[in-house]
Amino acid sequence: MMEAIIYFFTDPIAQKVIMGIAIIGAVSGVVGTFSFLRKKTLIADAISHSVLPGICLGFMFAGTKDPIVLLTGALVIGWISVWLIDYLSSTTKLSADTAIALVSTLFFAIGSVLLSVISKSQNAEQTGLKNFLFGKAATMTTFDIQVFTVVSIAIFVVVILFFKPFQLVCFNHEFAKSIGVKVKRMEFLLSTLTVMTVAIGIQAVGVVLMSALLIAPAASARYWTNRLPIMIFLAALFGTFSSVIGVMLSTMKNNMPTGPWIVFSLFTFTLFTLLFAPHKGWFSIKKRNLSNHKKITEENLLKTFYQLKEEGNTAVSFRDFLEKRAVDTHSLVRDVRRMVKHGFLVEKDKTFSLTESGNKEAARVLRSHRLWELYLTKRMNFKNDHIHGTAETIEHLITPEIEQLLLKELDFPTSDPHNKEIPY
Amino acid sequence: MGLNDILTLITALLIAWSCSLLGCFLVLRKVVMVGDAISHSVLPGIVIAYLISTKFDSIFILIGAAIFGVFTTFLIDFFHKKLKLQEDASIGITFTWLFAAGVILISLFGDGNADLDQECVLFGELGTSFLDKIIYHGRLFGTRSMLMILPVFIVVVLFVVFGFKGLQIISFHEEYAKSKGINVSFWYYTFMSLVSITTVMSFESVGAILVVGLLVIPPATAYLLVNKLPSMLFVSCIISTIACFVGYYLSIIFDVSLSSMIIVTAGSLFMLVLAYMKVRFQVQKTVKLK
Repeated sequence: MMEAIIYFFTDPIAQKVIMGIAIIGAVSGVVGTFSFLRKKTLIADAISHSVLPGICLGFMFAGTKDPIVLLTGALVIGWISVWLIDYLSSTTKLSADTAIALVSTLFFAIGSVLLSVISKSQNAEQTGLKNFLFGKAATMTTFDIQVFTVVSIAIFVVVILFFKPFQLVCFNHEFAKSIGVKVKRMEFLLSTLTVMTVAIGIQAVGVVLMSALLIAPAASARYWTNRLPIMIFLAALFGTFSSVIGVMLSTMKNNMPTGPWIVFSLFTFTLFTLLFAPHKGWFSIKKRNLSNHKKITEENLLKTFYQLKEEGNTAVSFRDFLEKRAVDTHSLVRDVRRMVKHGFLVEKDKTFSLTESGNKEAARVLRSHRLWELYLTKRMNFKNDHIHGTAETIEHLITPEIEQLLLKELDFPTSDPHNKEIPY
Repeated sequence: MGLNDILTLITALLIAWSCSLLGCFLVLRKVVMVGDAISHSVLPGIVIAYLISTKFDSIFILIGAAIFGVFTTFLIDFFHKKLKLQEDASIGITFTWLFAAGVILISLFGDGNADLDQECVLFGELGTSFLDKIIYHGRLFGTRSMLMILPVFIVVVLFVVFGFKGLQIISFHEEYAKSKGINVSFWYYTFMSLVSITTVMSFESVGAILVVGLLVIPPATAYLLVNKLPSMLFVSCIISTIACFVGYYLSIIFDVSLSSMIIVTAGSLFMLVLAYMKVRFQVQKTVKLK
């Protein structure tokens, strides 16, 4: 295994392939980010299906697999497909998804007709053309990679130059229009970048699956950051990383297409991100929900002890507690034991009372609750009997800073609307 | 016109009619991309079923495809609702991955199987389907592809005829249908299951991508031409019939892939209709101005 990997990075042909696929992965990550944020990823899918006739026409025109001619063909046809989708969905009663499916299948069918015409010809080079369906990274020549590099640099330059307007178009379409950004022109430019990216990517990934390389890295990156420049950088990184792994996997057996393996590694990586990313991943969300839930239960528990103390009960049994606040007995016992362990409660003859730190914490929660009730009646003109419900929720969310603001706003009150003392 | 031509044409027509009928509702409900996603994602199911039973046995393939069809909807929902990924990306990632998985399975285990290669997955083998004739007691019953799609076609026709009211109401007035107490999700999921069965059974003949063309192009053309649902269904079938006949002869003349040529013909008809509608619109406008 190790030998295979070392071989992969030292063999000149393999190095060349890795270099090429790394460029494609990076550029797809960058351009895909914009498609993803504009929620136009299905158009990217249509474009990647549609460039097939462009490649075929380019080949018929040049008679060889000259990357420049093929790229030009793909670019022109890709443009036409974008225009046609836009035209159909804006000037006929067909919906956008119908237009996308119609154009992509029609162009793909034209491409496959052209492919079968070419395969009848005597041209020896035509055998490699089918690699454009599922991709074959090993067929990239040095000249291909040089062309890809130039195109990629051009794409990067355009992204850097037009970064601000692109950002505006992605996030706030209407605002962009109102401050005089040429939205139509920017969208056209972004579509052009997508078409160019598809055109350089299909040799390694294939027209059928190219859209995954545009969507997946951007989707993953979105889960790691909220900032666009970082997102673009991460998407480029993820794109490169997954594509290189994909190409390495595809060499396990002779004559396997690279596209499916790249998609496979992309998907695995994206799934991993979606599950485990900090903050936005599935597990972090679950964990945060659990810890919030725990915090709220604990705060409610202490608050009830405090209320019972106000009523004169300082040695609370489980029964006393349940009469005051109906909760599940089993979890109550468990939660009370935990609070004893944390030093908020003390146990004496099967009754419990608040310790000093417990008292302080409970007073804080109740203070928030009563301050909020007071605020609602005084400032928002709520009726006395309408305020308890929201206060029950908000008491867990009020931070010390908000508490200070409330105190100042209400001029350090001493009792709440129900004439209960506000504890300090 | 020889026997083989007739057999191939009948197969093509049965597939095209099933797709054109169902496609009308896909277009009207604006859920074409879901059909697209399903037709891609059932590939691993088909391949696994094929590898287990070593031939295109309808029952195995239906079971395999059904499992993956359900798995696809589950996965898209899981990404979109549980993992909070935006919907278009959820669809895009899911179906490319499943399709890729299918192609990987073919390239790993499909060695030496003439019926199962990467290209047939894309374009189908309609043009050579007549080679596999079903002959019983010396009588010809049709080709295997034809007998696979025939029951599907009958079910589709029955479903459209007897479920017309339900289909119509969920295509146009979903809210109204709900308020009348019509079980919208029952109609929707029955309809979608029928779409997936149709894509699976026509898969061998026309492949995963071109079947979407049959689902969307004839109905879209009909949708431009007429306004009433019954006429839309009718026109859609007419368009696909013309596409099959013309496409068949063109594919023979130019000696190219039959299923692709049918789609290209249907697409050309669509373009013609589009141009006609645009010109007529312009003429009407100028007449009115005068």
